[in-house]
Amino acid sequence: MSLQREDVEKIAHLARLAVPEEELEHLRGELAGILHLVEQMDELDTGDITPMAHPLEMTQRLRVDRVTEENHRDQYQAVAPLVENGLYLVPRVIE
Amino acid sequence: MSDLHRKSLRELREGLAAGSFTSVELVEHFLARIREHDQTLNTLITVSDKEALQQAGAADERIQKGEAGPLTGIPLIHKDIFCTRGVKTSCGSRMLDNFISPYDATVVERLADAGMVMLGKANMDEFAMGSSNETSYYGPVKNPWDTERVPGGSSGGSAAAVAARLAPAATGTDTGGSIRQPAALCGITGLKPSYGRVSRWGMIAFASSLDQAGPMARSAEDCALLLSAMAGFDERDSTCVDRPVDDYLAALERPVKGLRVGVVKEFFGEGLDSGVGASIEEAMKVLEGLGVELVEVSLPHSRYSVPAYYVVAPAEASSNLARYDGVRFGHRCDDPKDLEDLYKRSRAEGFGAEVKRRIMIGTYALSAGYYDAYYLKAQKVRQVIARDFRNAFEQADLLLGPASPEVAFRLGEKSDDPVSMYLSDIYTIAVNLAGLPALSMPAPRAHGLPVGLQLIGNYFDEGRLLNLAHQLQLATDWHLQTPEGFA
Repeated sequence: MSLQREDVEKIAHLARLAVPEEELEHLRGELAGILHLVEQMDELDTGDITPMAHPLEMTQRLRVDRVTEENHRDQYQAVAPLVENGLYLVPRVIE
Repeated sequence: MSDLHRKSLRELREGLAAGSFTSVELVEHFLARIREHDQTLNTLITVSDKEALQQAGAADERIQKGEAGPLTGIPLIHKDIFCTRGVKTSCGSRMLDNFISPYDATVVERLADAGMVMLGKANMDEFAMGSSNETSYYGPVKNPWDTERVPGGSSGGSAAAVAARLAPAATGTDTGGSIRQPAALCGITGLKPSYGRVSRWGMIAFASSLDQAGPMARSAEDCALLLSAMAGFDERDSTCVDRPVDDYLAALERPVKGLRVGVVKEFFGEGLDSGVGASIEEAMKVLEGLGVELVEVSLPHSRYSVPAYYVVAPAEASSNLARYDGVRFGHRCDDPKDLEDLYKRSRAEGFGAEVKRRIMIGTYALSAGYYDAYYLKAQKVRQVIARDFRNAFEQADLLLGPASPEVAFRLGEKSDDPVSMYLSDIYTIAVNLAGLPALSMPAPRAHGLPVGLQLIGNYFDEGRLLNLAHQLQLATDWHLQTPEGFA
C-alpha cells in the first residue's frame, strides 16, 4: 500500500509532531522506504504461528498490594518546565 | 603512572590493592586523557570530574579499610541513557538537554555500590536510535581508529572511549545491536545479556521488549567482572528475571575443548565484506586449534529480522516516547497557543529527524486498521526467528558469525539513507528479537580497521559466551591492539 501525503499528515497528528508543510513530501518518501523494507515480512506465511509477546514467555509478576513508594512530588517537579503550587501548568484548556 | 590506561580491570584492582596507585590518581589519569583527546573524539556528553574525584576519595577509604570489592576504585563511563542522580541525563537528545534525573538507574546504583567511579556520560545516538552515532544532538562521535569514520551506534561514545583508552570500561544498551555493532567497529568487547538478566529500571526506554543493558570493555574477562556486578533480579523492573546469577569469573576458566560452535550459514552470504569474512575465518581457525568443534547451522528466516524489528522497535518507541510532552520534564516550546500546540511543537523541536521517523512508523503500525498487518505480523515473524534459534541450539552450544557486515563506514556515508543504515545491524537484530545473549569481540583487523566476531549463546548462557571469548583472547592479541595515537 502506498503512503500518501495525507497519511503522513494524519500520522504526524496522531504522534503529536508538528511537521512543516515543506517537509511533508520528503518525509513521505522516507517513511514509504521504511515501510517497503518492513513489507518484506509478507513473503513469510505465518498463518498458524503464535505471536511472540515476550522473549521468555513469562507471565507478569505481581507485587503485594501495599504502598511502598514515597511521595517525591517536589523532587520530580523540580525538573518540570512550569509548575505552581504543586501543579503542572499548561495552556488553558477550558475557556 | 603513564601506563594506567593500558591495564585490565584485574590489573587495576591488583594495583589498587597493593597501593601502587590510588583511585584518585587513577581517576585523574583518565580525566587528563579525556581532556587531551575528547575534543577530537566527542565520546562524552558530560564529564563529571568533581563527582568522580569525590567518589574516588570514598573508594580509596574503602580500600584502606579492607572493604574493597573487585571493582572498587575503578573508573567507568555510563552511556547517557542511564539516569544518574544530579548529573545531566540527555539520552543524546535536545528533548532532555535540561534533564537532571532525580534518581539513579539500577545499573548505575549497582556499579556505584561496587565502588566504581563514574567519569562521565557517553555520547550516543538520540534515544539509542541509530547505528553510527550521527543522530546525537551533541554531534557525532569519531572512531579512534580513523577519525573520518563512525564508531557505530547507538553506544558509540562508550565504544570509542574504551577503544581510545579514555576509560577502562563503559556501560551500553543493545536494542538491535547497539552494544555489539559499535564494539565491533571500535575493536572492543561488548556483551548484550539475555533479556531480563539486567534491570532496565532507570534506563530510558526505547523498545521495552528488546532493550537490554550490558558491559563494554577491552576483554571478556573485564566484561565478566562488570556483568557480575550488573546482573541480577530487581523488583523495580517487572521484566527482570528472578534467577541466580552465574559465577562468570569461574566460568572463564572452563575447558572449551569439544564445545560445539555453530557457524551461521546466513551470516556469510551476500553483503558480507570479503575482508571481514576472511577475518572471521581466521578467528575460526584459532578456535579449531583450541579443540572447538565447528558445525554449520542455519537460521533460515534471519533475513526477516530487520523488517520485523522495524515494526516492533518503532511501535514500542512511539508508545514509550509519548511521555515527552513538554509538560512534566524535558524540552518545552516557547509561547504555546494551546495544549495541542504545546505537545506538537515541543516534540517537533525536542526530537531529531531519526527519532521522529521512528515515532511515525510506530504510530502508523499501531494505528486503527493496521495492527494485524504490521505489529501482529511482526510478533509472528519474531516467533519464527526464535524457533530458528531453538533448532540451531539443538546442534550447537554457541553460535558464531560476524557482528557487522563491514568495517566502520565514513561519517555521512549512510546518514541520508535510513534503510541502508538499518541494514548495518543485519547480523545483530535477530538476537534481540529472540531475547538471547550475544557478544562481539575483536577478530583480526580488515582494511586496517577493527572487525567484530559475534558469539551468540542460549538463554542465560552468558558464562559460556564469556568462557569461549576469554579462552580465544588468551590465545590471541587482537583485543590488545590500540589505535595509533591512543596507546
